[in-house]
Amino acid sequence: MAQRYRLSKGGRIDRDRLIDFTYDGRKLQGYQGDTLASALIANGRHLVGRSFKYHRPRGFLAAGAEEPNALMQIGTGARTVADVKATQVELYQGLTASPVNAWPSVKYDLGAVNQAFSKLFPSGFYYKTFMWPHSAWHFYERVIRSAAGLGKAPDKPDPDFYDKRYAHADVLVAGAGPAGLAAALAAGRSGARVILVDEQPETGGSLLASRDEIDGKPGTSWAEQAVAELRAMDNVRILTRTIAFGYYDHNWIALLESLTDHLAEKPDDVPRQRFWKVRAKQVVLATGAIERPLVFRDNDRPGIMLANAAQSYVNRWAVKPGETAVLFANNDGAYQAALDMKAAGIQIAAAVDLRQDPSGPRTEAARAAGIDILAGHAITETQGGHRVNRIKVAPMSEDGKQLAGSGQTLECDLVAMSGGWNPTVHLHSQSRGKLRFDSDIASFVPDFAVQAERSAGACNGTFGLAAVLAEGETAGRAAAEAAGFSPAAANGHYKAASDGFTPARWLWLTPSTKPVGHGGKHFVDFQNDVTAADLHLALREGYTSVEHVKRYTTTGMGTDQGKTSNVNALGIVSEYRELPIEELGVTTFRPPYTPVTFGAWGGRDVEEFFDPTRKTPMHSWHERAGAAFEDVGLWKRPWYYPKAGETMHDAVQRESKAARESLGVLDATTLGRIDIQGPDSGEFLNRIYTNGWKTLKPGFCRYGLMLGEDGMVRDDGVTACLGENHYLMHTTTGGAADVLAHLEEYLQTEWPELQVYLTTVTEQYATAAIAGPNARKLLAELTGDIDVSPEAFPFMTFREGHVAGVWARVSRISFSGELSFEINVEAHNGLHMWQTIIAAGEKYAITPYGTETMHVLRAEKGFIIVGQETDGTVTPMDLGMEKLCSTKKEFVGRRSLTRPDMLDPNRKQLVGLLPDNPKDILEEGAQLVETVRPEPPMAMVGHVSSSYMSPTLGRAFALALIKGGQHKHGQKVYAPMTGDKTIACTITSPVFFDPEGERLRG
Amino acid sequence: MLLIPCPYCGARAENEFGYGGEAHKVRPETPENLSDGQWADYVFMQKNTKGTYHERWVHSQGCRRWFNVIRDTLTNEIQAVYEMGETPPEVDTKTYL
Ligand SMILES: [Zn+2]
Repeated sequence: MAQRYRLSKGGRIDRDRLIDFTYDGRKLQGYQGDTLASALIANGRHLVGRSFKYHRPRGFLAAGAEEPNALMQIGTGARTVADVKATQVELYQGLTASPVNAWPSVKYDLGAVNQAFSKLFPSGFYYKTFMWPHSAWHFYERVIRSAAGLGKAPDKPDPDFYDKRYAHADVLVAGAGPAGLAAALAAGRSGARVILVDEQPETGGSLLASRDEIDGKPGTSWAEQAVAELRAMDNVRILTRTIAFGYYDHNWIALLESLTDHLAEKPDDVPRQRFWKVRAKQVVLATGAIERPLVFRDNDRPGIMLANAAQSYVNRWAVKPGETAVLFANNDGAYQAALDMKAAGIQIAAAVDLRQDPSGPRTEAARAAGIDILAGHAITETQGGHRVNRIKVAPMSEDGKQLAGSGQTLECDLVAMSGGWNPTVHLHSQSRGKLRFDSDIASFVPDFAVQAERSAGACNGTFGLAAVLAEGETAGRAAAEAAGFSPAAANGHYKAASDGFTPARWLWLTPSTKPVGHGGKHFVDFQNDVTAADLHLALREGYTSVEHVKRYTTTGMGTDQGKTSNVNALGIVSEYRELPIEELGVTTFRPPYTPVTFGAWGGRDVEEFFDPTRKTPMHSWHERAGAAFEDVGLWKRPWYYPKAGETMHDAVQRESKAARESLGVLDATTLGRIDIQGPDSGEFLNRIYTNGWKTLKPGFCRYGLMLGEDGMVRDDGVTACLGENHYLMHTTTGGAADVLAHLEEYLQTEWPELQVYLTTVTEQYATAAIAGPNARKLLAELTGDIDVSPEAFPFMTFREGHVAGVWARVSRISFSGELSFEINVEAHNGLHMWQTIIAAGEKYAITPYGTETMHVLRAEKGFIIVGQETDGTVTPMDLGMEKLCSTKKEFVGRRSLTRPDMLDPNRKQLVGLLPDNPKDILEEGAQLVETVRPEPPMAMVGHVSSSYMSPTLGRAFALALIKGGQHKHGQKVYAPMTGDKTIACTITSPVFFDPEGERLRG
Repeated sequence: MLLIPCPYCGARAENEFGYGGEAHKVRPETPENLSDGQWADYVFMQKNTKGTYHERWVHSQGCRRWFNVIRDTLTNEIQAVYEMGETPPEVDTKTYL
């Protein structure tokens, strides 16, 4: 029968809107306003998952964010989401769901065989079982991962988009229960900008699930009125379906607003989620409290749930979580759940109370209502395969440590348990606010705040509706005042019940007929299957700090982050160690409070918006020419230009040969450029670079090496002296921003007396480097006003004039080892220049080449690339560039070069490598050894930094850094590769081509 | 996410800034006169105080200027900001064990 467990009236559901959904392949129905959890309960479904380690049948423990068991796979295809708590899923037409942790089905679960082998899963089972023998890990891992498997990731790209939004608030109120609403009203009425957030689709918090009254009317009506007043205020923003999940420094709060997950039809123009980043002057935390389970034998069967959850299902969703219930409690407040269940027609078989002498207003009301109370009793055993059907209860000794006398058996299909309440102190703790243990409620409450925040209501350890409302009101007023507003005096007090949930009795571990660990399981952490026996074992093995116990047993480390388990675990550790809880401390709460999708973190910054793309003015030509592109920093650089049928190797060989034999052209626009001016520019360069700059005259260029203060090479490039006190520095493509920052830092912090002005001009120029024996001839054809003869235009100089009819600065520098000119024009003339060069160069078979050929050409010359031959641990001496380090002046990093470690002759030094087999191309990054052994470890002496096939040399070659390599030319090293292959090489000078530099100077 | 009051632009979010470590470490005028140990101390070592700490920040995504911040490194309270080369203002020195 459809919705057999739906109550005939009540609940915050819309009975006119029937909703079809599919659960585990079955078609079911619920109502608008249901959660997936309440709809399943309406249909009598309690078995909703299998536990993580033992695959025990599990049902709903809770009705909210703290649910550890009911993890669902929601939806199908690209939108499927794993590990969503059924208690947090709003029902919508066509929803499909299945439990994540069951195979082949939740009823017939193969993994349950794990239960039989539960001795294999003690505390630290990952560490113990799988570490030895080493080979067994692979076996265990495969079996366990396939059996456990927490859900499936979608196998298609996310069809949704996500938004980010920044906001400011005078007062942010987290939680729209009674305390939060009272706080928001008080702050809002003062005129403060208030943001009120709540994770639920409607405001009201605990009032939605209770029958308590405020000011003589139902709490839900009061909440509706409060929200109506708040909505009418322009200065108040209410965000529902929005969870405050992170509290960061300086009152920076992260919110996750869910916009489409609850909709059957997902609109195209609405983001799935919106990530709010709120900077609040003041924060009021009104996040409520989470009920604590009781730890007793086999307390995990479906049908055993928190008393407040049972109460919520009855009151808020009008479903019966059972026909016959037993209340198992240690406090007075829980009796209201029994009363509400009874009012809804659920039989209350008995109230099993750990207290010797149960008292309190709700207890009395229950007694008056005829509920049978078993004082000083414990549940000692539970039975039932897929659902609890019978429990055994027995009286306890006065100290509650053991049983005293025989008990009785009770038939029931629901156990509503309550071990008291834990204030939800997560956000307070995340904000680095301190906690203290409050022995009245046996839990942690906020002690003092570090940031501008205050807690109000249950999250502050305040229970009793009247006190909660008053505290909310006070907190809202105080927050508004602290934010600079003047709230009017409160108009009277809210009238509501004043009792909290005490009196209570704290027994962390409920005794059973057998000692803990010797019969049944006393679960503490339901999601990670951690039992009291596991905690005891960890303590016996010497893990005494709570942080260690937590990690060793994995208590509190599931997707629920221990919302129901942490304090119970502390209580059990405290009892075992005979230390008060306050001396144990508490584990740290970290964001996020509930899981946050990667999509929300990414927001719109995905795909082409992830990073900006920089393109040179010639980019369109490269695209038309069919170039393959390489990312260098943010730039897209042509990598090589394959012709039809060519591989990358073919193209690079052809391009390299062309540059050496006739003429090549490279787009060199991406080099960083910094314009340096001011009377002290020369002095500044002298301090920044290792070599001397004071003698450089206008019209000349010089190569410079830049170190960090630690003596390590950080950048290199050519700087041109454009005029008196005017230079143009070139940096590596990827290093431009860092170099500018480095220069600015020294100018502003160390040498503010220097008058130097830096301007980044990278984007102002387009550059084409023409290289090859025919480079001069081509340039001569393209310019009318620059004398290109070797005498008039020597190496390492530049000339200004016109090329291709536009203004140009031409530098005679070479990174290829060929006769080469770098033609710089204004960026907007770049494409024109490039096309003119290509057209005029046709007679020389001009060949555009990309970065790969550039690398081959420069490596043949032994020219380094910073970031390839260097990695932040390489000095100029390591590169054989000590001649570039002036001994006559101070420069950044100089002092470090004489530290003992820098003078060690056994440092890794730059060398060339020639593989014995000229066809063996070494892998860049390959490790090198002098003695090959059958298997690792082998003593490594260095690594390959660059490796290519050279058409000019007719063989493979490489650059490498090898310990003491400068003195090992001619010796052998070996690169052991995967498989049995080993590549033998001879160490050589790193300069393979034209060592005298005749070509580039010619 | 700290809210950092740039002396030139006003309060801005931390991700606009770069961190520069301990402030008032003056680069030695004549490093060659320093022992290896003294130089290594300058290059590599920072006080990294728990409590009131004088440190340098740069507004990289804003005015690109360097300035000094006095921050309680435990609570992240920013106690003062001041320009490069300025004498640090007096603040309550917070210390912790
Ligand atoms: Zn600024």
